[in-house]
Amino acid sequence: MVAADSERPNASGVSELLESRLSAAFRAPGIDHLSPRMFRRERSIPLRGSAAALCNNLSVLQLPARNLTHFGVVHGPSAQLLSAAPEGVPLAQRQLHAKEGAGVSPPLITQIHWCVLPFRVLLVLTSHRGIQMYESDGSVMVYWHALDAGDASLVQAVFAQGIAASGHYVCVGTWSGRVLVFDIPTKGPNIVLSEELARHQTPISDIATEPAQGQDCMADTVTADDSGLLCVWRSGPKFKLLTQIPGFGVPCSSVQLWQGTVAAGYGNGQVRLYEASTGSIHVQIDAHARAICALDLAPEVGKLLSAAEDTFIHIWKLSRSPEDGCIEVEHCHGECVPDTQLCGARFCDPSGSSFAVTGYDLAEILRFSSM
Amino acid sequence: MSMRTLPLLFLNLGGEMLYILDQRLRAQNIPGDKARKVMNDIISTMFNQKFMEELFKPQELYSKKALRTVYDRLAHASIMRLNQASMDKLYDLMTMAFKYQVLLCPRPKDVLLVTLNHLDAIKGLIQDSPTILHQVDETFRQLTDIYGDLSAGEFQLIRQTLLIFFQDLHIRVSIFLKDKVQNSNGRFVLPVSGPVPWGTEVPGLIRTFNNKGKEVKKTEFKHGGSYVAALKEGSLELYGDRVLKLGTNMYSVNRPVETHMSAASKNLASRTQESIVPNPLAKEELNLLARLIGGMEIQKPSGPEPGFRLNLFTTDEEEEQAALTKPEELSYEVINIQATQDQQTNQELERIMGEFEITDQSRRSASKGDDWLAMMDEL
Repeated sequence: MVAADSERPNASGVSELLESRLSAAFRAPGIDHLSPRMFRRERSIPLRGSAAALCNNLSVLQLPARNLTHFGVVHGPSAQLLSAAPEGVPLAQRQLHAKEGAGVSPPLITQIHWCVLPFRVLLVLTSHRGIQMYESDGSVMVYWHALDAGDASLVQAVFAQGIAASGHYVCVGTWSGRVLVFDIPTKGPNIVLSEELARHQTPISDIATEPAQGQDCMADTVTADDSGLLCVWRSGPKFKLLTQIPGFGVPCSSVQLWQGTVAAGYGNGQVRLYEASTGSIHVQIDAHARAICALDLAPEVGKLLSAAEDTFIHIWKLSRSPEDGCIEVEHCHGECVPDTQLCGARFCDPSGSSFAVTGYDLAEILRFSSM
Repeated sequence: MSMRTLPLLFLNLGGEMLYILDQRLRAQNIPGDKARKVMNDIISTMFNQKFMEELFKPQELYSKKALRTVYDRLAHASIMRLNQASMDKLYDLMTMAFKYQVLLCPRPKDVLLVTLNHLDAIKGLIQDSPTILHQVDETFRQLTDIYGDLSAGEFQLIRQTLLIFFQDLHIRVSIFLKDKVQNSNGRFVLPVSGPVPWGTEVPGLIRTFNNKGKEVKKTEFKHGGSYVAALKEGSLELYGDRVLKLGTNMYSVNRPVETHMSAASKNLASRTQESIVPNPLAKEELNLLARLIGGMEIQKPSGPEPGFRLNLFTTDEEEEQAALTKPEELSYEVINIQATQDQQTNQELERIMGEFEITDQSRRSASKGDDWLAMMDEL
C-alpha cells in the first residue's frame, strides 16, 4: 500500500488525497469514488497539546452573534479552550487542569463540554477526581464536586464522564453508572446536587438532551453506558424513566436526541436510531469499520454527524416518512482524515454546513465547510 | 483509567524486548550457550511467580519513568550488559512497536490476542527449560482467567488507557518506515481496507424498520473504504490460531533495528512535561516492581563465565555517537534504586524479597560487586 507522500492533505480537500490513494493502491472493481465532494478543508486550528484518545473529545460553543466559535479539547491532565474567528484564526486560548486530590498520578480529564442553559452557559469538566464547573470562558470555577470513591471495588477506576444540560439541570455521568443531576441557578455559584439517577450498572459514556417537544414527545434526556444500555428520561425536579433500550454486548460511545428519536453510536461501528418513547429500533446503519467516537446533531436541519476510529466522518440526513411518520436516514457525505484515529467531531454552525474534528495524537483541530 | 492495564503493557513490551534482544544476540554472533542463558534468565525473571502476582493486582498504570526502570533491571537480569544509548534505543523500539500494535488492533479485545502472540513466541525462545515454560503457561492461565471474560466496554477503557500512555510518541523506526506502516512524520498508517473487526459488519448498509419491527427498506451508501468481512475470531486457548498477526516477531537476523529520533518538535513539550513534574510517590512506584526484579537478580559469577555487552547499534562508534547526539531532553533519566531501608517500605514486599532464591546455587560468588563489564572477545 502506498504511504501518504505529504504529511498534511492540501487545502483543496482530504477527499482528493483519499481518492489518489485508493486509485493507486486498489484497482479493484466496485471501488467508486466518494459522493461528489461537498466539503472542503479549511484552515486548521493549532492546539498546544494533542487530543487524548477519549470519545466525544471535542466541544463546540457557537456564538454567531459575536462571530466567534469556542472549541474545547482534552489533552490529558489538561484541557484547552480556544476561541476562533470564522476563518479559523485563533483569538484567545486557555488551559484548564483537573483539580488535584489524593492519588499517585496527576488526575486525567475525561471530558469537557459547554452546557447551554436558559439563562447562562456553563463549562463543565469531568475527571478522575470529580466535576468542575466554570463560567463559559473558563475564567472562574463556580462549583466543584468531588467523586465519592467509597463504593468502588479495587478493580474499578473512579471517574466522571458524560455531560449534558437539560432545562436548568446539568446531568453528569459517573464510573458506577450513576447520573448526577445538578440544579443550576440563573447566576452565581449556588449549584446543588438535586438527584442521583441509579439505573445504569456500568460507566456512563455519554448523555444527550433536547428541548421538550410538546405533549406527545415527553422524552428530553437520554443516558448511555459502556454496556450499550440506553435510558430515556423526562427531566424535572424528579427525573422520570420513560424507556430502557438494552445493549447488545458493545459499548454505546455517543448518543444524540432529535425530535423524539435517539441516535446511538456503538463500538462496533453501527449507528442505530430508536423511537425514544417506545424504544423500538427504526434504522440500523453499518456506518463505520471501527468504534464510533462521536455523534453530533444540527437540529434545525436534522443532520447527524458520525466520526469513528476508522478515520472516517459521515453526514446523514434524518427525516420522517410521510406515510407512517417513522424516522428515515439518507447518507449525505463521507470524509476521510488519512491515518488519523478520530476522537471528537462537532458541527460548527446550526445549518450543519461546517464541522470540526479532533484526532488522537493530533495537535490541531481540523475544519471542513461546504462548498 | 483502567486498573487492569499494567499486566498487558508489561507483557507486550517485555515480548518486544525479547524479540529485539534475540535478534541482536544472533546478529552479534554471541555464542549459543551464552545467548541461551541470557534469554532463559530474562524470561524466567519476567515470569517469576511472585512478580506476576504483584503485577496482576489491580492498580494504576506506572509512569513512563517507573516502567522504564523495571525494564532496565530486566535487561540486566543476566550476564548481559547494555550501555545507556543501547538501552534507550531498545526501549524506544519496544514502545513504538507496542503502540503500533495497540493502534492497529481491530477491536479493543484484540490486545489480548496480541499479548498471547507474544507469549506464544516467548515460549519458542525458551530453550531446554520445562520450568520456565511452565512459568509462562501459568501466566497464560492468569491472563485468560482475568481478561477472558472482560466486557467490550472494559477493553475499550484499557485501550484508551494504553493510548494515553503512548500519546505523543512519534519515534521513527526503520523497519516500520521500510514496511510502509509508518509515515516519515512518525505517524502510523491506518489502512482503510482489509477485514473488519470480529463483531463489526462491513460498512455500507442502511436498514429501515417499521413500527412493528419489520425491515421495510435496505439501502446502500458509499463508505469510502475497501473492507471485507472478518474471517474468524482469534483463539484464546493455550494453543490456537490467533488469526491476528500483530504481536508476532517481525525481526530477523537480516532486518536491522534502527531508530531515528524525531526532530525536535512541539510534541517535545508534552513529553518532557512528565519527567519534570515531581511525583512524591514515584519512589514508591519504582520500588515495587523494580525492587522485586532487583531482588531476583541472578548471581553473576566472576569466574569462568564473564559477562558481555550487547550493542543495539551496528558498531561501537555508532553507539557512542548516539549517546553524544541524543538531545538532553529526550534521554530517559534512570533513577538508581538501592534496595535499602526506606520509610515507605512495604513490609510484605520485604518478606517476599527475602524469600527469593538464587536459581543456581553453585554459581554464588563471594565478590558480587566485581566490575564485569568486560567485553566479550570477538569470535
